[in-house]
Amino acid sequence: MIESAVTVETRHLTRRFGPIVAVRDLNLTIAKGEVFGLLGPNGSGKTTTIRMLCGLMEPSEGTAIVAGVDVRKSPDLIKERIGYMSQRFGLYEDLTVAENMDFFAGIYGLEGPGRRGRISDVVIFLGLGRRLNQLAGTLSGGWKQRLGLACALMHQPPVLFLDEPTAGVDPAARKGFWTTITTLAEQGTTVIVTTHYMDEAARCARIGLMSQGHLIALGTPDEVAKQVGGKDLEDAFIILQERDEQETEPRA
Amino acid sequence: MKRFGPMFRKEFIQMRRDRLTLGIMTGIPVIQLLLFGFAIQTDVRHIPTVVLDESRTPTSRELVAAFENTGNFRIVAHVDGRDGMDAWIARGDAQAGIAIPHDFPRDLARGTTATIQVIVDASDPLSSQAALAAAAGVAQVRNLAILSAAARRPALPLETRVRPRYNPGLRSPNYIVPGLVGVILTITLVLVTAMAIVRERERGTLEQLIVTPITKTELMLGKIAPYVGVGLIQMTTVLLLGRFVFDVPLTGNVFLLYGIALVFVVASLALGLFVSTLVRTQQQAMQASFFFVLPNILLSGFMFPRQAMPAVFQWIGAFLPLTHFLKVLRGILLKGVGVPELWKEIVILASFAVILIALSVRRFHKTLD
Repeated sequence: MIESAVTVETRHLTRRFGPIVAVRDLNLTIAKGEVFGLLGPNGSGKTTTIRMLCGLMEPSEGTAIVAGVDVRKSPDLIKERIGYMSQRFGLYEDLTVAENMDFFAGIYGLEGPGRRGRISDVVIFLGLGRRLNQLAGTLSGGWKQRLGLACALMHQPPVLFLDEPTAGVDPAARKGFWTTITTLAEQGTTVIVTTHYMDEAARCARIGLMSQGHLIALGTPDEVAKQVGGKDLEDAFIILQERDEQETEPRA
Repeated sequence: MKRFGPMFRKEFIQMRRDRLTLGIMTGIPVIQLLLFGFAIQTDVRHIPTVVLDESRTPTSRELVAAFENTGNFRIVAHVDGRDGMDAWIARGDAQAGIAIPHDFPRDLARGTTATIQVIVDASDPLSSQAALAAAAGVAQVRNLAILSAAARRPALPLETRVRPRYNPGLRSPNYIVPGLVGVILTITLVLVTAMAIVRERERGTLEQLIVTPITKTELMLGKIAPYVGVGLIQMTTVLLLGRFVFDVPLTGNVFLLYGIALVFVVASLALGLFVSTLVRTQQQAMQASFFFVLPNILLSGFMFPRQAMPAVFQWIGAFLPLTHFLKVLRGILLKGVGVPELWKEIVILASFAVILIALSVRRFHKTLD
């Protein structure tokens, strides 16, 4: 129980780009079924962290175990166990909704009746039924996003990475999206999400705040807010971030 | 390789939906064939010629007629003086001038050497060479007639019987059209595959693709496979048009030709893949492809004979798949030869395909660094 409860674990995870340290000595433990929010300003290392955890980028130092697989040792095996969706719409705009889903189902190795069954489940889950024959490029931001999620969920991954999934999506669609995320987590999917929106951060079970490549706060949204005595989460972030920047200034 | 199927299907749907690229891929062969087939004739005929006939005798008129009868010269004007002739050639209204001096018939009658002058505009070497050869031919025929009459010997002492084999009419299309099959395949396939991969990178779809378990080999093969079909369709179009519009023979085994073409198509696609691993944007892909295409046209023997090139360039040409495929095309289409004569080319093309695919797969990384 304890063993399987942890889905993501990093130890001293570090990534350098030349002289720049994008992620420094990151230690994280994320439980199964948890919605974990990774927050921080642009360039704080959120995306690099996610890319390392997805096997898209090799860590310079340290280890990361995702869904029981060492990211360093088997970056290919990892890909069967994770779903990934980035801020940039990564699907084919010249394919229809159905064709996109069919393609990713095929790429994730689903075949025959299993594939059809899974696709129709996902279609129902995300309410894509009336959009199936529309070209993905003509969808609005919110629908693109659902389609992105549909393709990332095709193989029922135990871990789902969402890199700023709601950037450029209207508030109503964002709300619907978060309801979906919560449902997925209740069903046992671990969700790791980066965001700029404080209301979204508040909906995470735990959050980690990153600044300049390292973690400066970790805990439930309430804990993080109390940690610095800010009146709310947004306040806390500003205080923490300014403090971190002042501390590191002499070094730079 | 179970993910090859979905990749292939996706690529096929996208290709079908991209009307512009599809139009280019089917339009290029037809347009190029018509351009090259109709416009480009390496056998230069009917060179506009100006005549300066100072003697104005039946003999001289007969000589001018002999020039015209070769078909290489077309008399556009008769002028009175040297200056007039030069002016015509300088203006470019005539590319050749025939000057017959007034003592021409006298010298001829006397038995001394009668001189006529042929001036050609050699700023265009191809047509001037044809004119020079034709002019020399006219003189030689005349000489032989006069000499054999003088020697009272009806038969010539020596005759060379030349048989232009495989293309008896020495027709340009027979030479150009088979080569064009290879050139068109090279141009479109290298460019299209190079663009196809880079487009995924530019649009951000590659990022989504590389977080899936698809392997590099599945990705690359699935990507190029639909274009193998495109290549074979292009080739069929050019061959059919060549056969029925330009009367180019299909002498040899067509199945063998398609078999070898398949290998060449794969090699060209692999070259495109390789290009795509070197560049970041579609524009760079386009530029790099043209960089590869030019030596293919110039050094492969498509237009200019390789034997005439300095050794270095022959050597460079040997590294182009097209060079070897041209030998196959002309060998099968014109000469009707088969595997015994072409096995070397087949082995070389297959090696190109394998090496280029291996190189591209090695260079392609499934990471975002």
